[in-house]
Amino acid sequence: MTAGRTSDALPVLPTLMAMLALAAGTFLLRLSGPALRARIGFPERAEKLLEVSAVVLLAALAATSALTEGHAFTGPARPLGVLVGGVLAWRRAPFLVVVLAAAGTAALLRVAGVP
Amino acid sequence: MRSFWRTLDGTLPRDIALVCLAVGVIGVSYGALAVTSGFAWWFPVLMGALVLAASSEFLFVGIIATGGSPLAALLAGLLVNARHLPFGLAVPDVLGRGRRKMLGAHLMNDETVVFALAQDEPERRRAAYWLCGLGILVCWPAGAALGALLGSVVRDTDALGLDAMFPAVILALTLPALTSRPLRRTALAGAALALAVTPYLPAGLPVLAALAALPLALVRAREGDVR
Repeated sequence: MTAGRTSDALPVLPTLMAMLALAAGTFLLRLSGPALRARIGFPERAEKLLEVSAVVLLAALAATSALTEGHAFTGPARPLGVLVGGVLAWRRAPFLVVVLAAAGTAALLRVAGVP
Repeated sequence: MRSFWRTLDGTLPRDIALVCLAVGVIGVSYGALAVTSGFAWWFPVLMGALVLAASSEFLFVGIIATGGSPLAALLAGLLVNARHLPFGLAVPDVLGRGRRKMLGAHLMNDETVVFALAQDEPERRRAAYWLCGLGILVCWPAGAALGALLGSVVRDTDALGLDAMFPAVILALTLPALTSRPLRRTALAGAALALAVTPYLPAGLPVLAALAALPLALVRAREGDVR
């Protein structure tokens, strides 16, 4: 393996600086939403739209993380697992059942050779 | 949808514990990936606690491990985390005040926001957000430490189907929030849009592109079909 070589090649200090900058930048992104809301008064309709936007983001996140890996579509095992979980959630199954069924379905499909 | 919400009420702490456990297990694979890519054991642990946003950390480690520059890794990570800005606009009331608000902001992530949105009352919103957030703050770095310790033994968590867990958690908690037809259409259109642009845009942007579907919610609302 090339583990030893990559270890030597890793630029430790620049990587650490980049990581700290990512932490700081992410914190500012997290803080700026509430800060904007405190400073600017949004009309009621806009406030409702902001909550809608969170739901839309989460739906898009569920779809992309279920179906894609990098820039391409993932194998069918993961989306099928998520589909089983989604149907169970829609039928109001307990949350525990939903999550374990999704993982279990994907795992079983992979045992059967589905990627 | 009401009954689902009530079931969630009684079992909320257990559900949150389950999600934190899953996050911890994903953290194990993250820590293992980092050390087998040549990072020191403390790096994924420190990054886990300070950045506290899984997908950006996986991307960061992946870019560095494949020879990319730290600057490229930083920019990609920031892009992936850009969705926290609209998240913060949507749930500003859960964070608390003063110094607590700083920690509250740090706890903002996909899981805490989706758990908060799934609650009816402000009090329960805040409780769900903080319980989930503090749990993840402990479980994610702890999982990374365990993974770094175990190294390459535990890299393939896909075999356990763990990669299906995260989308299933987000989906299961978003479904009850889709309370009206315009909201459902907007969410569906946004998700389709994000999927359509995934092959062409850098990581993080497709999810933000979903916001282009927002006008759909407005148009429908004006037709008198609010909620």
